[in-house]
Amino acid sequence: MGPKSPIYDYLRYKKKFPTVWCPGCGIGTIMGAIIRAVMSLGYDKNDVVMVSGIGCSSRMPAYVDFNTLHTTHGRAIAFATGIKLAKPHLKLIVVTGDGDGLAIGGNHFIHAARRNIDITHILINNSIYGMTGGQYSPTTPRRAFAYTAPYGNIEPDFDVVELGIAAGASFVARTAVYHIIQMGKIIEKALKHKGYSLVDVISQCPVLYGRLNKMRSPVEMLLWQKEHTVDIKVAAKKSPEELEGKYIVGIFKDDPDMPEYVSEYQKLIDSLKE
Amino acid sequence: MAETAAKKPKVRYPEGKIVVFEKWCKRCGICVAFCPTGALAEDERGVPYLATPDKCVLCAQCWLRCPDFAIIKGPEIKEEE
Repeated sequence: MGPKSPIYDYLRYKKKFPTVWCPGCGIGTIMGAIIRAVMSLGYDKNDVVMVSGIGCSSRMPAYVDFNTLHTTHGRAIAFATGIKLAKPHLKLIVVTGDGDGLAIGGNHFIHAARRNIDITHILINNSIYGMTGGQYSPTTPRRAFAYTAPYGNIEPDFDVVELGIAAGASFVARTAVYHIIQMGKIIEKALKHKGYSLVDVISQCPVLYGRLNKMRSPVEMLLWQKEHTVDIKVAAKKSPEELEGKYIVGIFKDDPDMPEYVSEYQKLIDSLKE
Repeated sequence: MAETAAKKPKVRYPEGKIVVFEKWCKRCGICVAFCPTGALAEDERGVPYLATPDKCVLCAQCWLRCPDFAIIKGPEIKEEE
């Protein structure tokens, strides 16, 4: 195996590698960022649970050496809620794609955000259903092309951050795979936060999205992310016309004082025992 | 300041500053494109290698960006002067 890096202690590298993802897919980069965040926070890997649904991004629990659970389509947050209530000391990381988290599991997503249960939800937003062959998803931008939208998508897309804030999540942030250092810091803050933390990570699908939208290589897609993202501090000084078509990255909401579901539940049990 | 600089152990990289696992590399080209000093280059198969090791400043961009965990920091040996 040659020289070893500390990150390999968190990977099932003897059995599962190389990964199934296409060359240049952003999910591997995000997986690295999650593992590095867990490493730098010093969590024991037996105290971390990674839950996923179905999709490209949901293959991630196969490769990481945490406690992992691969569930049915869209139900990752429902399973994670159960684990968190049964064993409140565990750190829950839910990885979903945009289709899994917002379309099929959209109901679970808004209600977990409303309850403000202590789960870190990493929403990998690549604007397409990758595993099933390139259908347009709730976050495909208007007029973008997909295999089921050959003349351009006519539907408006979801703003995940606005949706998360409106549903009541206590930590909401957006980042992109291009901003690798910022992504690591935001994931670290989201893991530390007590309450529902939603991180919308703009990712790239070079094979099914990029090729149809004039971005032929993963590098071009990453440079597109660089051009189309604006930091939240810079965006505050710009006019709405300048920000049209751009994604604002940064932390939108960080409220540690909101009542968290598991601790409220424990308080209820304690008050009834008295 | 000069004394502290002299006491700093010298770091040697017996297998290079970075190590590339060719078995896991999918040749996406991200590491070479985002190397800020241009130290990495692709060989004829598209696999990256450290073409000019002196240019590498260990900025960590390649192994942070690699989606396949195919690049890691090389093993260090610290030597007292």
